[in-house]
Amino acid sequence: MRTFTYERAVDAASAVETAARTGGRYISGGTNLLDLMKLEIERPEHLIDISRLPLRAIEPQPNGGLRIGAQVSNSDLAAHMLVREGYPLLAEALLSGASGQLRNKASTGGNLLQRTRCPYFYYEGPAGCNKRDPGSGCSALGGFNRGHAILGASDACIATHPSDMAVAMTALDAEIELLAPDRSTRRVAIDAFYRDPGTDPRIETVLEPGEMITAVLLPPAPRGRQRYRKVRDRASYEFALVSVGVIAAIERGRVDLVRIAFGGVAHKPWRARAAEASLTGQPATMASYERAADVAMADAVGRGHNDFKIELAKRTLCRVLADTMGSE
Amino acid sequence: MEIELLLNGIPRRLDLDPRTSLLDALREHAHLTGTKKGCDHGQCGACTILVNGRRINACLTLAVMHVGDEIVTIEGIGATDRLHPLQRAFLEHDGFQCGYCTSGQICSAIGMLGEVELNWPSHATADVSRPTIELDDREIRERMSGNLCRCAAYPNIVAAIRDVAVNAAP
Repeated sequence: MRTFTYERAVDAASAVETAARTGGRYISGGTNLLDLMKLEIERPEHLIDISRLPLRAIEPQPNGGLRIGAQVSNSDLAAHMLVREGYPLLAEALLSGASGQLRNKASTGGNLLQRTRCPYFYYEGPAGCNKRDPGSGCSALGGFNRGHAILGASDACIATHPSDMAVAMTALDAEIELLAPDRSTRRVAIDAFYRDPGTDPRIETVLEPGEMITAVLLPPAPRGRQRYRKVRDRASYEFALVSVGVIAAIERGRVDLVRIAFGGVAHKPWRARAAEASLTGQPATMASYERAADVAMADAVGRGHNDFKIELAKRTLCRVLADTMGSE
Repeated sequence: MEIELLLNGIPRRLDLDPRTSLLDALREHAHLTGTKKGCDHGQCGACTILVNGRRINACLTLAVMHVGDEIVTIEGIGATDRLHPLQRAFLEHDGFQCGYCTSGQICSAIGMLGEVELNWPSHATADVSRPTIELDDREIRERMSGNLCRCAAYPNIVAAIRDVAVNAAP
């Protein structure tokens, strides 16, 4: 690990100012950042510890929504009754990720910013990685790419985003609240928070230098039923091959509301808006779900080892739609 | 940097490089070697300890981040002449072979049983919106999945934890 200096932030306003001035990095749970620092993939010169900032509240909002402080741990969020009752999709997604120990440490903001587990990114060797070392190429393109993206990827990077939590938040239309070094705040829809890999996959989000995630805002709990289903190589403590988060309601046998987000298929949680539109108003039958699944995967591209993900994503979606809305 | 950590109820002054993980601070500086280093990347759970009553991986956090916290390691949980009920249960149920993962398993199980007492759901919970949790073997396995045992003593580990959970239940 490279050397760095460390300070514990006193308050959020001074932390963003310090980060902008020093180029320092925020550390909270540290479960991903420290792992990457040990491997010298991340090499911060200054660490600003924001884990004790008073951003730990889960508060109902006047509009009926929920405000989740960025320092709320993954386990506290999953255990909160307002989440379990109003947003069970989010609790299910959180509980399907990592281990009890890691969820106790990992923060809401840090979970959003965790980096890909692409093996070519993670393990330095002769194989190039544009995310780790710009211009060195993407070894996954012609290499071992069983876990890689089938949607949204570029010729520079086919890595996936590893978060389960963010998939649920994407289906829930969450917004991310950011605090800038000039003390202004802005809100970004989670779907617009992540950047496409394009030609420079190092840059993963729209965060500006020094900006800090202070909260995630959920709209009022949606009507209908919610479900998160994760398919992976082992039953626990494993990243998704494919995951699906669905919110759905039926009215007189027809799909009245549906929101679909996929995990494990792209560089970000993948919202399937065209599939949602095509399914809305259709009869709640397996035939409708299969058509929607075809729409969701219309642009999917396999890279060899991960070709199976396209069919797996379709089948998983159909299963979750049937779980939430029934099927004739 | 010189810092003070509260280790098993005893304040200890340590002079540490900021890079020192809490795990290395415990083992190499405070000489509390009961906590084991397995993978050093948060994948095996051998380094599980309790911080403010919650189980965490000591390898994936910096010692300097824990000034002011109550840190409990296996040395603070029991000793040969005063075994913790989980330690006794692991002996009775043969919950280990080589023993390398055991201190992590026991710290993790203590944290896990506390989480169940607070009715935290898990991935094995059928309906997360129900406010109470019933701890069956499926729940124990899921909740302990962050602790690997390469000797594969899993069935006996589950039996040991079940034994303690049943006897502690009101």
